Amino acid sequence: MSSQLILNNHIANDEWQLIEPPKAQEEVKKQAGKVVIFKITGEASLNQDQIEKTTFPKSGKIILPIQVLLHHQKALMDRIAKKEIGIWIETHEEINSFIDKIDDINKFSLISVNVRKFADGRIFSIGNMLRMKYKFKNELRAIGDVLRDQLFFLKRSGFNSFLIRKDRDANDAILGLTDFSTPYQGAVDQQKPAWKIIKR
Amino acid sequence: MYKYDTLDQTLVNERVAQYEGQLTRFLNKELTEEEFRPLRLQNGLYIQRHAPMLRVAIPYGLLSSSQLIKLADIADKFDRGYGHFSTRQNIQFNWPKLEDTPKILKELAKVEMHAIQTSGNCIRNITTDQFAGVAPDEIIDPRYLAEIIRQWSTFHPEFALLPRKFKIAITGSSKDRAIVQAHDIGLEIFANNKNEMTVKVWVGGGLGRTPILGSVIKESLSWKHMLTYCEAILRIYNLYGRRDNMYKARIKILVKSLGIEKFKQLVDKEWETIKDGPNTLDELEINRVKAFFSEPNYKSRGTDELSKYTDNKQFSQWLLRCTHKHKKLGYRSVTLSLKSNEQAPGDATSDQMRSVAELAEQYSFGEIRVSHEQNLILADVLEDDLFELWEKAKVQKLTTPNIGLLTDIICCPGGDFCSLANAKSIPIAKSIQDIFDDMDYLHDIGEINLNISGCMNACGHHHVGHIGILGVDKDGSEWYQVTLGGNQGNFASIGKVIGPSFSEEEMPEVIKKIIGTYVSNRHPDENFIDCVSRIGIDPFKKEVYGEKGKK
Repeated sequence: MSSQLILNNHIANDEWQLIEPPKAQEEVKKQAGKVVIFKITGEASLNQDQIEKTTFPKSGKIILPIQVLLHHQKALMDRIAKKEIGIWIETHEEINSFIDKIDDINKFSLISVNVRKFADGRIFSIGNMLRMKYKFKNELRAIGDVLRDQLFFLKRSGFNSFLIRKDRDANDAILGLTDFSTPYQGAVDQQKPAWKIIKR
Repeated sequence: MYKYDTLDQTLVNERVAQYEGQLTRFLNKELTEEEFRPLRLQNGLYIQRHAPMLRVAIPYGLLSSSQLIKLADIADKFDRGYGHFSTRQNIQFNWPKLEDTPKILKELAKVEMHAIQTSGNCIRNITTDQFAGVAPDEIIDPRYLAEIIRQWSTFHPEFALLPRKFKIAITGSSKDRAIVQAHDIGLEIFANNKNEMTVKVWVGGGLGRTPILGSVIKESLSWKHMLTYCEAILRIYNLYGRRDNMYKARIKILVKSLGIEKFKQLVDKEWETIKDGPNTLDELEINRVKAFFSEPNYKSRGTDELSKYTDNKQFSQWLLRCTHKHKKLGYRSVTLSLKSNEQAPGDATSDQMRSVAELAEQYSFGEIRVSHEQNLILADVLEDDLFELWEKAKVQKLTTPNIGLLTDIICCPGGDFCSLANAKSIPIAKSIQDIFDDMDYLHDIGEINLNISGCMNACGHHHVGHIGILGVDKDGSEWYQVTLGGNQGNFASIGKVIGPSFSEEEMPEVIKKIIGTYVSNRHPDENFIDCVSRIGIDPFKKEVYGEKGKK
């Protein structure tokens, strides 16, 4: 079977292993209406028990949930330096809240953002912020419900790596990257709007 | 008006190809219904009660004659010979076949039209004042800014999949005819005390299930920052707007739950990081787009033709109701009413469309506007041509002199077509138009906006109608709830429910009683809405429900 990964406009082999946390024991209740900003959308974050019980191999390239990574950050210093550790964030997680806890985001050679439902457009803002505001320069990967018809927007939002959903053909999905030739507005890949680039 | 260059045309052509591919993959079962849904919606395609409905974008309501002729041709070839102009200045075709939709889009692309982002959870068609560029009270012509926003919002990658739909309206007049306060973002353009173009930004307005008027988030913003500031608002909304419950997903709910102060704080903080960024507007782009909206070649005032016809009562009534003051001496703007009782409000047949295109070509520099009140407008007509135009338009039944009056009903397609609707709305409009067919009486009761929506999605803007009618579902049958005191414009307000809902048969009588209450309580020269504000809704309730205030 060919690879599901599109990296820099080509099908590529995936060298990374995604480390899944154990499932939560109890159902976490939604806190709708509570004015804690990142809770408004209702998703639960990992609980302490899940964070502590997440296990991962001692060597090789692994992608860790951000909270697991923060928990083990000191112990993982060497592996981070060896570019063996990637970050996994969910679209409902607040980047601002953990970015301060990492001294240099570019020590990590990969950040992957998991989109649970393709229609969850938060991933675009997260990509944009990671690139533009936090100046992340390395591989930015979309994982989860990643499909052809969102690739163009993902690319424009700063993603250069796409792990296509298992049941879809990456060779077909890659065509989505070139749906449009010259977009109007400035974004991440092409930062200037059309009117500042070409004479109209 | 704006003309496409290679870039615009290429994007639209690429969109047609993309959509055609998506439809093929859907028909080949390579895309599930759930995956295809947002894709078709962002191309204006709904699955309706009888057939798909295709909503075509009319950016800020502006059309050329050749575009309108194309719409007429599409109506004939792919639909049943008519189209429905919507309250968002778009046109909807109710009967196309799914497999024909790429062909329709290809036809549209030939005249610089498309269905991009006319539905779905994205930035929708930008709307504005139907008298933009010609209104005497206008401060700044908002059309070129609307076009700039259109381009910026088209396929904006960051805001392609928002929590819910997002509507932006822009006005440049002291009198707001674009109901900017009822939009997710409302932009009011004015000149500050240094005479620089400045933007007042409203956020979190919207009708629908939870009607809320917008709050001011920025009192004055330089035009240069218009796009980046919108980006900051949209980013905060995109990240924090609710996605778990579609009824609580609009930006108004986020603004309300955080409070405008907290929301503004978040937006301003985010804006700091993108302010002066690449999407900051400059003179070059402003002037490029502005040039497309330069004044047409107005003639100087001719002879005073109009005075010849003062004895013609029908014409005089039309002149009074359907023509509007123009910034240029000797010119008027004309509203062609799509509100005769012979067709559903906002509907136009292909013959009517062709005839309007021809009238525009002959009398109004080949341009037509669609108003959010669902009428068609010829913005630049010489007063000397009015009589001739009126006679020709009369043949096509486009001269009902009811603009702004009770029978100029704003109405959604309702349960006859729309699968979201709880109740029919077109028959209610017709039954009201039928009993108020005496023009003299209509003129006597004066300006009244009556708006009808078939469900709480409020496509018929019922909340801001002086009289609002909302279709509700009670145990599987259709009922109608009546509100009074809604208003649009600078004094926008949300109407109050007068009491329990009514059956379809009761509705004409209810409206009659409401009007009767107004007539017996009004001061001389007092409009309906002013009378409602003064006396409150109780006298109306009493009349409609009897002494006890109950049915």
